[in-house]
Amino acid sequence: MSLIELENVTYHYPFCKEPALRQISCTFEKGKFYGIIGENGGGKTSLCNLLRGLIPHFYRGTLEGRVTIDGTDVRDWNTGRLSARIGYVFQNPFTQISGIKSTVFEEVAMGLENLGRPKKEIVDEVLRVCKLLDIENLMEKSPNALSGGQRQRVAFASILAMDADILVIDEPTSQLDPQGTQDVFEIIHTLRGTGKTILLVEHKVDLIAEYCDEVLVMQGGQIVRKGPTAQVLADPELAELGALQPQVAMFGHAMAAAGKPLEEIPITLEQALRLVRRRRGEV
Amino acid sequence: MSIELINASFSYPGGFLANENLNLVIEPGERVAIVGQNGAGKTTAVKMMNGLHKPTAGDVLVDGKNTKEYTTAQIARTVGYVFQNPDDQIFNQSVRAEIEYMPRYFKLSAAETRRRVERAVTLAGLEDYMGKNPFDIPYPIRKFVTIAAVLATEPKYVIFDEPTAGQDRRGTQILETMMDELQKEGIAVVTITHDMEFVARNFDRVVAMAHRNILADGTAAEIFGNDQVVNEARIRRPQLAQLALDLGLQGILNGDELVNALD
Repeated sequence: MSLIELENVTYHYPFCKEPALRQISCTFEKGKFYGIIGENGGGKTSLCNLLRGLIPHFYRGTLEGRVTIDGTDVRDWNTGRLSARIGYVFQNPFTQISGIKSTVFEEVAMGLENLGRPKKEIVDEVLRVCKLLDIENLMEKSPNALSGGQRQRVAFASILAMDADILVIDEPTSQLDPQGTQDVFEIIHTLRGTGKTILLVEHKVDLIAEYCDEVLVMQGGQIVRKGPTAQVLADPELAELGALQPQVAMFGHAMAAAGKPLEEIPITLEQALRLVRRRRGEV
Repeated sequence: MSIELINASFSYPGGFLANENLNLVIEPGERVAIVGQNGAGKTTAVKMMNGLHKPTAGDVLVDGKNTKEYTTAQIARTVGYVFQNPDDQIFNQSVRAEIEYMPRYFKLSAAETRRRVERAVTLAGLEDYMGKNPFDIPYPIRKFVTIAAVLATEPKYVIFDEPTAGQDRRGTQILETMMDELQKEGIAVVTITHDMEFVARNFDRVVAMAHRNILADGTAAEIFGNDQVVNEARIRRPQLAQLALDLGLQGILNGDELVNALD
């Protein structure tokens, strides 16, 4: 049995004629890091909402087909219990931050407080994740006085503090600077190493290429590609599917079109460098 | 005629210094990218350009007018600012109402309002969303609603705060076409972004910020060619620019140049 299984899933938001998800069947295995890419409006966030149980519990609408998490149908999961099992980092950090806490420290602690954890444990855990996300210097600030990128780190920290074993993360780096983005991917990579299952929605395909085990491409509410990262990101049809492609992969295709093919289509910088050097006869 | 920051500093109430002695000139019709680490003061700096923030020391001049002597509403007619978070800006119930709001507020004629709204909607690619509630459409497209609302005021300078955040291929292309059209009309575009490939493709002039200050102001090739600036502003080179450098090739920013440079 896979950790998460979807079978023929079609979903309509309330009052919508067009389904947001169409005929989706796929499985997610424990301990793997999945990247979800594709055009906006293609169903990426709806898939996240479904796995987190916000569909159907919060959004209602019509859910057809079967979704099981750990063998239990998503309709039968108690939402509170599911929230301890699956951490969900929202797309817009401005939305996720509660607005009712006066310091970053309290904001990060809120989830654990609601789970009724002992005080000492909460404090230790908050300090740990604030260190991990490099926001220790913000702990006494008001969450409302932070820059967009800082808020995004706080939103991420609040979810990490809950230590769920499945993480659904919707564009955690959209407001972050390039170095901060790389740092977040490093943190997610570390979490994967501790056995967590991760589903990440991202447009930054160069980083997906470096870190993810598998990639899913969504378009028009369907999963149009799913497979090992190298295979999906090198696909020459990726652009037609509305997804972004790593610059080095496009470069690989351009070299081939110019009659100077590399041995394979690279998806990471390191790989591209190796392939060009080999072509030049340097290695 | 230009936007001029002259030794401009800004402290938030409570004393937090976000910008220190900025000196910067934005000419009409110019296209400038502002890059740099989170918390470097990018948003604060552009908010000074449209009068949302008045410098706490130094001066900001917009076409010769000192922003301290005018209201934000007066300055904003010349310098339009699109907020980083679209939800801070949107307050109408439909996309159409949101975009029509300022032309109506200016009491423009029905014909002029229609012309401006149509232009803004075409530039922002929103034709299919006009009847919708802005909060029912995806975040990156909602961002285009706020862009269109500002374009409908027809400012001479327009500032986008992280328009590339969360955009897909289509969204990025709309932005690029929009900037080209605005440039043809002589409108200056200042854009804060973390997408370095977007910068390399679209901007001649790049301003890098770090620690409340302007670290460097130059061409994209100069900025991305300078290790110290790249490290201190915590930016990353576009992937192919980095590949070119690793291969010992200088000054290459995009794929076509790199393919041509290789045997």
